[in-house]
Amino acid sequence: MNNKYVGKPIKRTEDPRLIKGLAHYVDDIRLPDTLHVAFVRSVYAHAKIKSIDISAALASPGVVAIYLGKDVEKVGPVPCASALPELKVPDHRVLAGDKVYFVGHPIAAIVATDRYTARDAVDLVVVDYEDLPVVVDVEAAAQGGPVIHEKFPDNVAYKLTSGEGDIEAAMSSADHVVKQRILHNRLAPIAMEPRGVLARYLPGEEELTVWSSTQIPHLLRTQLAIMIGIPENKLRVITPEVGGGFGSKLNVYGEEALIGWISVQLGKPIKWIETRRENMQATIHGRGQVGDIEIAFKNDGTLTGLRYSVFADLGAYHQLLTPAIPTLTGLMLSGAYKIPAIQMNITACFTNKMATDAYRGAGRPEATYVVERALDLVAAELKMDPAEVRRKNFPGANEFPFHTATGLDYDSGDYEAALDKAQQLAGYAGLRQQQQKARAEGKLIGIGISTYVEICALGPSQAMPAGGWESATVRIEPTGKVTVLTGASPHGQGQETSFAQIAADELGVDLNDITVIHGDTGVVQYGIGTFGSRATAVGGTAVYVAIQKLKEKAHKIAAHMLKCDASRLSFEGGKYSQEAAAAATATGISEPVVPVGEAPAAALPEPHTEGKSSLTIQDIALAAHLAKELPPDTEPGLSATYFFEPKNFTFPFGTHIAVVEIDRETGDIKFLNYIAVDDCGKVINPLLVEGQVQGGIVQSIGQAMYEEVVYDEQGQLITGTLMDYAVPRASHIPPFKLDRTETPSPVNPLGVKGVGEAGTIGATPAIVGAIVDALAPFGVKHLDMPIKPEAVWKIINGH
Amino acid sequence: MKKAINLTVNGVSRSDEVEPRMLMVHYLRDILSLTGTHVGCETSLCGACTVLVDGKAVKSCTMFAVQAEGVSVTTIEGIATNGELHPVQEGFWEKHGLQCGYCTPGMIIAAAQLLDRNQSPSREDICHGLEGNLCRCTGYEHIIEAVEYAAAKGAGSSK
Repeated sequence: MNNKYVGKPIKRTEDPRLIKGLAHYVDDIRLPDTLHVAFVRSVYAHAKIKSIDISAALASPGVVAIYLGKDVEKVGPVPCASALPELKVPDHRVLAGDKVYFVGHPIAAIVATDRYTARDAVDLVVVDYEDLPVVVDVEAAAQGGPVIHEKFPDNVAYKLTSGEGDIEAAMSSADHVVKQRILHNRLAPIAMEPRGVLARYLPGEEELTVWSSTQIPHLLRTQLAIMIGIPENKLRVITPEVGGGFGSKLNVYGEEALIGWISVQLGKPIKWIETRRENMQATIHGRGQVGDIEIAFKNDGTLTGLRYSVFADLGAYHQLLTPAIPTLTGLMLSGAYKIPAIQMNITACFTNKMATDAYRGAGRPEATYVVERALDLVAAELKMDPAEVRRKNFPGANEFPFHTATGLDYDSGDYEAALDKAQQLAGYAGLRQQQQKARAEGKLIGIGISTYVEICALGPSQAMPAGGWESATVRIEPTGKVTVLTGASPHGQGQETSFAQIAADELGVDLNDITVIHGDTGVVQYGIGTFGSRATAVGGTAVYVAIQKLKEKAHKIAAHMLKCDASRLSFEGGKYSQEAAAAATATGISEPVVPVGEAPAAALPEPHTEGKSSLTIQDIALAAHLAKELPPDTEPGLSATYFFEPKNFTFPFGTHIAVVEIDRETGDIKFLNYIAVDDCGKVINPLLVEGQVQGGIVQSIGQAMYEEVVYDEQGQLITGTLMDYAVPRASHIPPFKLDRTETPSPVNPLGVKGVGEAGTIGATPAIVGAIVDALAPFGVKHLDMPIKPEAVWKIINGH
Repeated sequence: MKKAINLTVNGVSRSDEVEPRMLMVHYLRDILSLTGTHVGCETSLCGACTVLVDGKAVKSCTMFAVQAEGVSVTTIEGIATNGELHPVQEGFWEKHGLQCGYCTPGMIIAAAQLLDRNQSPSREDICHGLEGNLCRCTGYEHIIEAVEYAAAKGAGSSK
């Protein structure tokens, strides 16, 4: 491949429409006669609904219809795709029945002529509640707290034990066992664009189009077809511009089905745009685990066993992947280390809260946090340098594929190289000396290290609930323009550019001749979507292989047109050329006869092969469409489709080092430096990789220092607006020092591993480690997130 | 009862009748179809709805349309001149200052006003000037670089 584009920091092709304000998110799509929906949502966390009086709302001018739970029983339940043994699955209807289970639980959908009228009518609906005992704390739920779903009186959705090796022996024979209770704070994903749905049913055509801000248009279509009861081939899902997802839109929400169903009932376009308050209450949350770590190790720091027993706070209902998230934590508990025995014990419980589900990293940040905190505790116990404890337990670069006691086979890696590079960039040895000196002067400086591994490119279909492959169609149009249809559904990651880079290099055409189309089930072949750092590793590979298929065909056509043996043709710089010696023998071909009246073909320019010794792939595309001089038994047209099934996951890794200073007077935490050396395999566009890494790290800063979804003991959401839920701002970011190592993945021909979640996986433990390290003079060994100045100040001041 | 308003939006005179409670952002989006200005929070905290009102950055989700009588509004659709990108827009493109793009219009407007006030801002000045705008994708680093790029190109000095 001639790399004119791949590996280069190419500016994004999607940007012009976005920076000019001309892009279309769901709410920017305007259809005539659209009706607007607002939801009545529960103000109680757990209550019986004794009655609902909608008369005043219904009489309000502009209100068209109001639907309650009993009116929408025909709409199928909100799906859960996890298939765990003995999983308890509550019947999750799109609107509440006679009970509500969390604050924000939708009770009624009000349809009105505009959104102000719909919102006004919400206040006119009178719901008579009888409040019930609430269970908010996950451990209280597990230990016989108030029952949430009567069918499941123990509040336990499932229990699961996983792992390999003799954990009991490891614990009993170890030189040391250190234990630590650890909290993974519940987080709100906060995509800047809240959810939104627009649905249009055409009664004549019996076709429903649903525009939704989603990461999974095809999976959504399948599920909506089932829920709404409309044939899948009469349903089209379009994801216009999507303003961020971070996993929160890797889901199928009741509102999506309900808006579609209402459009079918009323025969009009129906729109619902989520408010931020609704987004905080009723869009999935992430994390939400509390667990106990036990780590066993020898005197020299060699790890011998790790046990993590966790209570997972699932919330009131399962969303699409809710129960699966803690199992992903179990998969990654070996981290970047050789640990011969690992055990994960999950107790996953219902609580009167919104469901947790996939938020950027989805179970893997929890795993990395557990392992990396554990390694820091080992270092503290043995008074070893945290970097050296890590180094000691790495598998060597020659030990891949590396089998873990969690049952995975890591594809490739060189963990020491990334650690070395990060330590070098940080000036690590000097940094430790500076820290000692600063401490002597009474300053609180901390250094935190995380040497993470993540599991990406989800994934082999055997391990995925709904297929883990990805699809691509690559088509060269008669005019030579290239259309790439991808089943991935980028929403900020920039694959319109990076996939075009792959296609441009492989086809030898200009980047501007390529258009990447995604997110429209009416146009794009079935696909899986964008999540789990999979789009480039799986979807990009599908594009790459589809192009190879297309080129096989183009090669045959080229040989036929140039009247030479295919083996004597080579493809270079977008051209099929005969070898020098053969060029002279090329002969003209007869003029094609165009029957009168075949205007479309006749209107196209004719391919001129006469006297030519080479043909561009675009010449061949035209000839393939005109189909007048194709080899025998060759299909006209020039396109290829490929569904790529990955044989394994990929395992990106890296080292993050955070350096912080704490203000003794205020407890304020300031970043002095942040070093990240990430290895995401081969890189298509370093600019995009850098953006993904920085964005992820700052979300980690949010988790480590600011963000926390808080419910009070009555289940009221205290952090219901962006006033109360602290998303990092520009002044909160550290000075970044970013670099990479590059270990290609053997799992796909591009060698890419994925990078979308590295920041949220690798960074959190480095930041917490740095803060804990800064407070080590006070005997601090661990602090739970988010670590706020108040907590730090109390430690410094002995409160 | 609707009220008449007269104002200039992106250099074009507008006269409309609006409900007194209609938010400025809904006037721009729903009446004028200028959908580049986004709504991200309704509580004036995210800044996605930022527009220039008489040259000052204003969060249009916390202003009523009727308050706009006689003012001149510039939205993201009007910040380029004669088809030439504003240096801040150019900076966002050059420096990969956006990912999903939802916060971008408000961010660009806020940055443009920041440069109008301070033509050579320090990194701290930029962070401070963008305090009112949230971005969940980029981690801000590239946004800061985009503003520095625009400053280096003399954004703000031309006004």
